[in-house]
Amino acid sequence: MTTDPLLHATGVAKNYGAVAALRDASLSVLPGEVHALMGANGAGKSTLVKILTGAIRADAGRILIRGEARDVRSPAAARRAGLLPVYQEPALIPDLDVLSNLRLTGTPVEPFRAWVRELGIPDLDIRDAARDIPLAVLRVLDLARALAVEPDVLLLDEMTAALPANLAEKVLEVVRRQGDSGRSVIFISHRFVEISALCDRATVLRDGATVGVVDIVPGIEEKIVEMMLGARIEKTRVTARAASQEADRKDSRPRLSVHNLKLGTKLNDVSFDLANGEVVGVFALEGQGQDELFSALAGSIRPTGGTIEVDGAPVRFSHPSDAIGAGIAYVPGDRTEALAMQRSVRENIALPFSAALRKWGPIRMRREQVVVSSAIARLQIDTRAQGEVQRLSGGNQQKVTIARWIAANARTILCFDPTRGIDVGTKQEIYKLLRELAGQGKSVLFYTSEMEEVQRVCDRVIVIFGGRVVDTFPVDQADEAALMRAAYGLPRGARADVGILAEVKPGSNAETAP
Amino acid sequence: MSRFIRNQGWVIGLFALLLALFVVTKLIQPGYGSGDFGSLARAVLPYAFAVAAQTVVVIAGGIDLSVAAMMALTSVTAASMMNGASEEYALFVVPFVLAMGLVLGALNGLLIVVTRVPDIVVTLATLFVLQGAALLVLDAPGGAAAEWLKASVIGTVPIPGLPDTIDAWLPKALVLLVVCLCVVWIPLSRSRLGLSIYAIGSNELAAFRSGVPVARTRIIAYALSGLFAALGGLSLTVSTGIGAPIPGPYLLASVAAVVLGGVALGGGKGGLLGPIIAVFVLRLVRTDLTLLAIDPNVTAIIEGAIMVAVVMFGAFITIRGRPAGATP
Repeated sequence: MTTDPLLHATGVAKNYGAVAALRDASLSVLPGEVHALMGANGAGKSTLVKILTGAIRADAGRILIRGEARDVRSPAAARRAGLLPVYQEPALIPDLDVLSNLRLTGTPVEPFRAWVRELGIPDLDIRDAARDIPLAVLRVLDLARALAVEPDVLLLDEMTAALPANLAEKVLEVVRRQGDSGRSVIFISHRFVEISALCDRATVLRDGATVGVVDIVPGIEEKIVEMMLGARIEKTRVTARAASQEADRKDSRPRLSVHNLKLGTKLNDVSFDLANGEVVGVFALEGQGQDELFSALAGSIRPTGGTIEVDGAPVRFSHPSDAIGAGIAYVPGDRTEALAMQRSVRENIALPFSAALRKWGPIRMRREQVVVSSAIARLQIDTRAQGEVQRLSGGNQQKVTIARWIAANARTILCFDPTRGIDVGTKQEIYKLLRELAGQGKSVLFYTSEMEEVQRVCDRVIVIFGGRVVDTFPVDQADEAALMRAAYGLPRGARADVGILAEVKPGSNAETAP
Repeated sequence: MSRFIRNQGWVIGLFALLLALFVVTKLIQPGYGSGDFGSLARAVLPYAFAVAAQTVVVIAGGIDLSVAAMMALTSVTAASMMNGASEEYALFVVPFVLAMGLVLGALNGLLIVVTRVPDIVVTLATLFVLQGAALLVLDAPGGAAAEWLKASVIGTVPIPGLPDTIDAWLPKALVLLVVCLCVVWIPLSRSRLGLSIYAIGSNELAAFRSGVPVARTRIIAYALSGLFAALGGLSLTVSTGIGAPIPGPYLLASVAAVVLGGVALGGGKGGLLGPIIAVFVLRLVRTDLTLLAIDPNVTAIIEGAIMVAVVMFGAFITIRGRPAGATP
């Protein structure tokens, strides 16, 4: 028996004005397969997804579902055709309770409940308003809602991005089984670990066109990255740093020193130092107090106890402008928190230093121009759409956020998951940039939810669990297993296997997944 | 039970405020009785319909500036059609005017959806258009209303088996209001359409992705707004016996009551009951201040202050009561 593809899209194209978001994309998904859709940001992944799910209409191309040409004009039509997406942002209506959300989409309640339990959330009250449910749980509910209607093709966009490891593990397990039961899954992710553990094949997009379809076999990552980027990239691994540099650091006063920081029930007794020219990683599972730590250091909330010292002098921030005044800049993972989306790249970069509160009088345009241009050039920001920041890709938006603090000459940069949802190439550039900044004597505090980033960027990593610093590693000891154990609050040296990574090593055979 | 209190807390609080105001009224004016309550209900009637009109679109995440103008147009249309006509003719006039409201409202929605001009601009434009149209229909207050219609808001509803003392507190105007609102609102709020209206107000993108026909839902929300505005216009004609082409102060009053009634101006939150109680609160405050013989100009200042205070207090309570760890 020949297996006909469940979903077969060919020659899909979409133009936004003069910009071609998709030129010639194709995607063919077989029944029972988990199919990865990959591509650097701006390759047209999200445009293709939107077209497949009826959110926007293609200018050209054919979409066959079970061999029939279907015209998916709206999300409702895609749903009827058996194609269901789970997007990165939760799609539950915040002001309605979960039950009403199910009724809104005509989702049967009992299967939904069963899936929710299956996915590891035993105590959901479906009368709770979606607004009152934590983000990670919402994403799982989104998935359960999609699973409950038994779609032929399930489309998951960065499904595990905001999930803590225990939930992510359940999700991956369920997705795997979905494939076994003859349904298909299109899986979009930047995490090779998941893709190699989960997917059968991958379609790679570059510049709006499909450049290849590959089987997922051990060691395919390099090839996929190559295809995505169109050129071979160096796997930059920043390890052996000059010993003299390390020594310098030991002598001088720490740039930022935190003692016994407390914040309600969220942070307890957090102490650490951040030296000049050092990148310190913060690793934690979701909701262990890292958000509060960064907010406190950035001056947006006031700690209830403990001290923060900058260059040896105690400080008390009551407003982010105080932190900025002390040379501490905050780069959030969510770009919309940091940027004025409708304004230009130039204005966004110039905002902190040209519009400083206590500076009156006209803006010195020429100086601004020089500083901004040099920051843009240095970060290689793609400025084709510089009139409005919201039209840039996520990676370029994040570069703008960092560029503004370089332009403002901040000495300490707090990066909170800065590479969230960014393509591999731009991630590399950001890692390189952070290292460069450290090389110039600036210090960086770097929270990440991806363990491999710790090794690539950091000199040292502190692990937070339950609002406490539970461990500190130098980078050469911070392998994934050790980090994971520490993040779960287990003592160092214990050999218990915890989390997805304990079971599924990157590049290992996919079939080892349960 | 605790969930009921949490969800309906605002309405319960407002209702308590209303009861407290009745007590205050009774203290100021010991003679305040059922007759006065009846006239309060009659005075509230057009305001309440205006508020209902505004509430629907605000929940859907929009705003309708043309509410008062729509009321004026429907009011003069009804009054001039009934002028000199037979009593039975009114049986045709009422559905005609309601349909007119529905269509004009839908037109508002259609313009917003098709042209993608912001709702505030479109409805501001229709405000002027409808105002002009109202003056074309009647250039001065005039017209008439059928006697049976006028009688429908005067007096009380005698319910057999109830003592007169209780009947006296059931003015026809109040019963009419409750019936009209319930007939439209209860089926709506239980239907998928009702959910869709909340959904597009709460998060348009998420609603779209959930398969809600966003454009159609928005048009229907404005059509319902038009329907309620037409009911308001009719109630004006019925209670005054004439039609007035210059819109009353219903637009700002409707926005005020919507806010006071716990409906978020951003959309998606609240219900119809809150704003309706809020109208009674605002009217009763005005009555009390009049009874106290306070300068009408000062009255407006006090009303404004009350509004800010109540909304601030309410927001404070809401923030305190929110469970920890919830997404903002």
